[in-house]
Formats: sequence, C-alpha cells, structure tokens
Amino acid sequence: MKKMGDMLLRQEPFSEIVMGNTAIVRAMVEAGTRVVTSYPGSPTPEIAAAVASIPKDARPFYFEFSTNEKVATEVAYGAALNGHLSTVFFKSVGLNVAADTFVQLSLMNIIGGMVVVLGDDPGANSSQNEQDNRHYAYLSYTPVLEPANPQEVYRFYLEAADLSRKLCMPIILRLTTHVCHAKEKVAFQGWTPQPADDTPRFDVANGPYIPITRLVFPMKARALENLEKVAAWAEKSRLNQVFDHGNRKRGVITMGPPCLSLLDVMRDVEEKPDILKLGVVYPVPRESVVRFLREHQEVKVLEELDNELEKEVKAIAYDLGLTTRVTGKMDADDWMGEYTPDKVRQVMAKTWPDLVPAPVAPPVAVEAVPDRPPQMCPGCGHRSAFHAIRQALAGTDITVADIGCHTLGFLPPYHMGQLLMCMGASTGMGSGLSLFNKTRKVVTFMGDSTFFHAGLPGIINAIFNRHNITMIVMENGTTAMTGHQDHAASGRNFNEVTDKIPIRRILEGLGISHISEVDTYQQEQLGKLVQEAVAVEGFSVVIARHPCMLKFTREQRRRPDFTLRQVEIDQETCERLHVCVSEFGCPTFTLGKDGSVKVNTDLCIGDGSCLQACPTAAIGKPKIVNKAG
Amino acid sequence: MKSYNVYMSGVGGQGIGMFSEALVRAADHAGYTVKAVDTHGLAQRGGIVVSQVRIGETVHTPLVSRRSADLVIALERHEAQRALIEMTATGGVLVFYDTVWQPLDVRLGKAPEVETAQVEALCRQLGVECARVFSPDLPDTRMQNIAVLACICRRNLIEKVSADHFRQAMTDLMAGGMLENNLALFDRELQRN
Ligand SMILES: Cc1ncc(C[n+]2csc(CCOP(=O)(O)OP(=O)(O)O)c2C)c(N)n1
Repeated sequence: MKKMGDMLLRQEPFSEIVMGNTAIVRAMVEAGTRVVTSYPGSPTPEIAAAVASIPKDARPFYFEFSTNEKVATEVAYGAALNGHLSTVFFKSVGLNVAADTFVQLSLMNIIGGMVVVLGDDPGANSSQNEQDNRHYAYLSYTPVLEPANPQEVYRFYLEAADLSRKLCMPIILRLTTHVCHAKEKVAFQGWTPQPADDTPRFDVANGPYIPITRLVFPMKARALENLEKVAAWAEKSRLNQVFDHGNRKRGVITMGPPCLSLLDVMRDVEEKPDILKLGVVYPVPRESVVRFLREHQEVKVLEELDNELEKEVKAIAYDLGLTTRVTGKMDADDWMGEYTPDKVRQVMAKTWPDLVPAPVAPPVAVEAVPDRPPQMCPGCGHRSAFHAIRQALAGTDITVADIGCHTLGFLPPYHMGQLLMCMGASTGMGSGLSLFNKTRKVVTFMGDSTFFHAGLPGIINAIFNRHNITMIVMENGTTAMTGHQDHAASGRNFNEVTDKIPIRRILEGLGISHISEVDTYQQEQLGKLVQEAVAVEGFSVVIARHPCMLKFTREQRRRPDFTLRQVEIDQETCERLHVCVSEFGCPTFTLGKDGSVKVNTDLCIGDGSCLQACPTAAIGKPKIVNKAG
Repeated sequence: MKSYNVYMSGVGGQGIGMFSEALVRAADHAGYTVKAVDTHGLAQRGGIVVSQVRIGETVHTPLVSRRSADLVIALERHEAQRALIEMTATGGVLVFYDTVWQPLDVRLGKAPEVETAQVEALCRQLGVECARVFSPDLPDTRMQNIAVLACICRRNLIEKVSADHFRQAMTDLMAGGMLENNLALFDRELQRN
C-alpha cells in the first residue's frame, strides 16, 4: 500500500496521483511552512486528513484545528509575526467569521509570510451559499492566486508562499470545490529538510502592529503599495497564461476551473478563440489585459459567480478608449452555479451562437427517479432526539436549526428546525422570535462543535437579556458533518489527548439554572425533559447526548472481535402501522410494495434505537448476524 | 483512445471513493492520462455520491458533460436509473450493482421503487449496453464494488486496462487481510459469466 504520509515527505522528486487538497500539503512541506491552522469545512477538511497522514513527530510544521476560523487566522498571524511562514485554511463562509481579523492583515508587516487558503464553493455543493470571496480581496487589499487543478494548487501555493514571505503580506490562495477534490498525477520537486529556526522574532520595530487613529493611514498606504508591487509582479508571472489559437477576432479572459471547462467545450470548435487565463486574479494584471484587448475585436469575460473581473476589464477598456467589444454576464443565470462544461457551453452559446451551438439535451421521456436528499445515518442520536422532541412540542411551536448534521432534521418526516442561517445563529434568531411571543414556544438546536465555534455569544446574550427560549444541545462528541474532527469537548485535539471542556459546566458557570441532560436514545425521558424545559420562564437548556454512530460504528468495525448485530421485524406481530418508516424514518427500514416493512441488511447497525418507535413491539432486539465486519 | 468518460454514482457509505481511486490508478498503470473528481462532504450522509473520471490526453476538466459518459457505473439501482437518464451517452455502457437503498420518498410511500426491468428497458430505449451485477454470496456487502470492478475488467470495458492493472491499483490502496480478501474476491468474480 502506498502511504500518503511517506509520499508527502519524500526527498527525491516524484509524481503521484493526488487530489488538490493533498498536493497543497506537499507544497507546505517544500515551502518550509511552520504553522498551519484551520477550522473544518467542506471543501477543505481533506487538507487536514493529508496532514494527519504524516506522523506527528515527523511533521515539519505545527497544525491545529482552532475553535473557529477567526481564531485560526489569529493563531496563524501571531506565528507569522514571530517569523514563521504560516497558513490558515477554511471553507468559503469561514471567511465571514474570520473577517474582522482578516481584513486587517494586509495592514501588517507579517515578517514570516502568511497564506490564506480559501475553499470557495460555487454551486453551493456543501455550503449555505456560494459567496464569491474575491470581494473580500478587494475589501482588504489582499492579492488572490487561483489555481485550476491539483498541479496548479501545488505550484501556486509555492508562489504564494514565496511572494508572501518576500513582501511580508498575506496572500489568498483561492481554491474551489472541484479543485480541492480533483485528482490527477502531479509532478513534485525534491525536498531537502532544513533546520528550523524557532527564535521568536517578534519585534515592535517591524510594526506598527497597532492600527488606531493616525497610524491606520501609513499602514493602509503600505497595503496599497504592496498591492502595486504584486500587480507589477503579476504582469511577468507565469501563473497567467495565454492560449494563442491565432484568433485575432475573438478572445476569452477567464481563470481557474471555468477555463478548463472552456478548453473542453472548444475542443472541436474550428475557430477557437484565444484565451487569457489569469492565475493572479487580484490585482488584475492590467498590461496583460490591455494587450489582449488590443489584439481582439471581441472579448468575453468568462467568470464563475460574480462579475469582478468583468468590471475591471470594462474599466480598463473605457480608460484607454478601446473599441474592443467586452461581454461579461448576460443574465442572472450567469451569476449562479458552478461553471461546469455544460454551463460554460450554455454561456458561450448565448455569447457567440455561431461558434458554439446551444446544447441539445434530448429529454428522456421516463418517470423521474425519486430524489435522494442526504439524511441522518442509521443509529444517529439526532434522529432519536427529533422523533421524541417532535412529539413533545405543539405543532405551532417554532424550532430553529443550526449548522451540523442535525440541520437535516428539517426534512420529512421530522420537520424539526424551520429556519437556518449560519454557525451559532440559532440562539440569537430564537431570541428574536420569542419577543412579544406568548403563544408559541421557541426551541433552538445547536451542535457541540458549533457551541464552541460561534454559539457562546448568542447564549450569553440570551441569559444577559433574559430571553425566553429553550436550547437543545445536540451533543455527539465530534464535528460530525465535516468528517469527525475533534473539538474542545471531545477530549482530544488534533495532536494529543486533552481535558474535555464540559458544555454543561460552562452553562452552569454562566448561571443557567434550568439544565437537564439525557441520552437521546431515552426518547420518552427526552420528551419529558423538553416539555419541562419549555414550561420554564427564561432560558432553559436540554443537553441531548449520544455519540456519533457513524464514527462509533467505523471504530467498532476495525476491532478484531467485532460482531455485527441487526434488528429484525417480526412479520407476524407487525401491524403495518409504518411508524418506523414514516415517522422514525431510519433509512434501514424499507417499504415493500405490499406494505410490509423490511430491514436493509446493508444498512442496519443494530443500535436498536428504533425499538421504542414501534407501537406493536414488532422490532426484535438486535441479534448477531453471520457477517464479518 | 480520444477520450473516455466514466461517471460513477452510488449512495454515501457504499465506497464510491475507493472504487473510483482504484479505477483511476488502474488506468494510470495502463499508461493513460487520467483526471478525476469526487463529491465529498454533505452528500455522504446517505445522499448521492458521485465520482467522475476522464481518460485521455486532450482532457482538461475532470467534469463529465451531460449525456456524454461512455461508461456509467452505479452501485445502487435508483442511482443507476438516475445516472442513465442524466449522463449516459448513446452507445455507452451501464454497469450497475443491483441492490436497493430506498430513497426517502420511496420509504415514505410517496414514490414507487425503481425496478430492475425499468433500468434494462431504458437501456434498450437509449441504445445503452446494460450489465447488471449481483453476487448473492459476498462475504461482506461492502465488497459489492469489487464485484463491479471485476465486471468492468471481465468485459474489457476500458481499452487496455487489464486485470493486472486493477490488481496493481488495489495493491496501491490496501494492505494486509483487506487486500487479500479483495484480491481473492476480484479473481473469483473475474471467473463469473
Ligand atoms: C463558518 C462555518 N464554518 C464551517 C462550516 C462547516 N460545517 C458545516 S456542518 C459543521 C459541523 C458542526 O458540528 P457540530 O455543531 O458538532 O454538529 P454535528 O455535525 O456534529 O451534528 C461544520 C463545521 C460552516 N458551515 N460554517
């Protein structure tokens, strides 16, 4: 078996099939990065998985999952002020959380260098929105490099690290979902480990590091100057690339994955437009754009999500009085979704119908296949919780979701969690919903990782301002949705065993008097506790606890003495009331055409949380089945 | 080979990731340039998991366009039908493992389960070759994907990618008892008609 950890530390040059999220870790090693921080969020957590594949003692840099993206950014920044090249990575919306710190970075003389790796998510594959984080680059005067594939992820990180170190400024490496997860054979250079210099080199003389009053302006001036330097560098950078097809009429300015889609869409086109692919997407290399505009009569700006580049190109053309016809976004559709080859074909067909025919997707006349939304896993403690809580509440009560696996409770058959915003927002929104409200109870949900991430301010506010809501902490011991990263109450951090920070004691310390807790598999008891809690005037809490069963089952299966248990339905006793399928809703239960219910033996983990759901006790206790794990 | 597009689909938990990685590595061992991409994250919670693999020198993006997959592989019957409708090129091949993980609406009694015959009929209608895989005696349901891999190899669906390339790929990815069991099953399934 090829070991990823060994590969990432290999000293001689090599090629290997890796995804973007792995390639970047090799680049960190080669660049001499000393500190890497993060908070988990798709599409980036596999970067940490690659880091974890290197044994801790062999790891050439320090890594931590911080409690949230803002803290992660601060840790990386602090380390860089001591002279260590640092990197922070997180998902798109993570930048909103980090923003208060992030927007200041460009004002600072970051002597070690700092790369901010963003995992943007065009198409909202696994995010609450598809925000285009290039806007933050403009807001904060921070350059952006944007690779299109794993080979470029590796190369661009090395460039970003180098630039950042030389100019002592932050550089954004903007990845998108299908760059993070794309796989191809990447050619890596050799690596010679260098002795690390641990000297804490922080010195106020390198500053100022205090942006207040009149000091803000020289600091801002420095940020703007740096941006000029990067712009000059960008003109010569090989990260920008021209595909010269000898077409003097038409050209396309694009970047990243949309460029790959374009190249494929244009494969069989006779008069291929020339392409200017920008690798440095902010600041836009002005001279390169001018040259390209002058060389073509019509230029299409092909960019995913928002129209930053289009505005730049049009402004340049206007400034110089160029007659080149520049076309960017043509309708709202162009602003939405990932620029897959299908999408790019559509966009290009709208732009130049003579060049690219509109896609003809002959509809297949056949009954649609039922949707398959994601759902809670077999045995999930959140399912038991929702099943019980739904019965404990009145239909008119308001339930507020937060981010995490339990968000999926909004789906049928539970309909628990009727509104969602972002991490930690449930308590604040719930507090607002409780004002003037004497008739409808407000119940909010929150996962344990979220509790630490951004949950506390809303909770403290609810106590401080005496809001009348009930919070249910969905405690499963891990950051489940993003792949089981440890958090402050897990008893481990990325590197070692730690003391758990108990959520209950935090809440007690805040002075909450009504706190109850229960394992979610005790459904009846949970229902009772919720009814008691909502009857309390003020802020009450129920801690609904059960370990993540996906994580637990995976761990169990690795044990040599593992035996699989599963439940069975006694068809004699079963009265086909369908509570197990239509209300409890474990995916293990399948509905036969004749109305019978069976257990899917591919799925059942024998947790037995379903037994209580059956009014006729037709679900038998989990029994050992003759299947190896 | 100009370019060859593979679209794989299954349900979170079925092992699409490992399957795709094996295919990518087998094609690489056969000397092809390969690009691939998996869906990760949210979709894994019992949702649809997709992997796309494109083989060929002239390929830039790993993303397969609609109705242009030369080979569609599905590890579940509903996903076979869905991918067949959305992705298979005329003249393409569908290989699917005929197990059912009922989608939500089927379990709720709001939609009928897709039947094997429907998948086969649609293949005929679309001019797609259909290969149904089903091995009732697998030691572990999580080895269904090996049975599918063996079917692809047995039928020579990817030009020049041989059994040895698949074995090499599996050896890259697994070790110990797991590797032995999977190799043994692969070889056993290769003998199937
Ligand atoms: C600002 C921000 N960072 C990260 C994420 C990614 N994310 C989605 S779900 C989730 C897990 C939250 O964990 P927890 O609250 O413990 O709930 P669980 O999934 O374990 O039920 C995270 C981190 C996000 N959506 N927003």
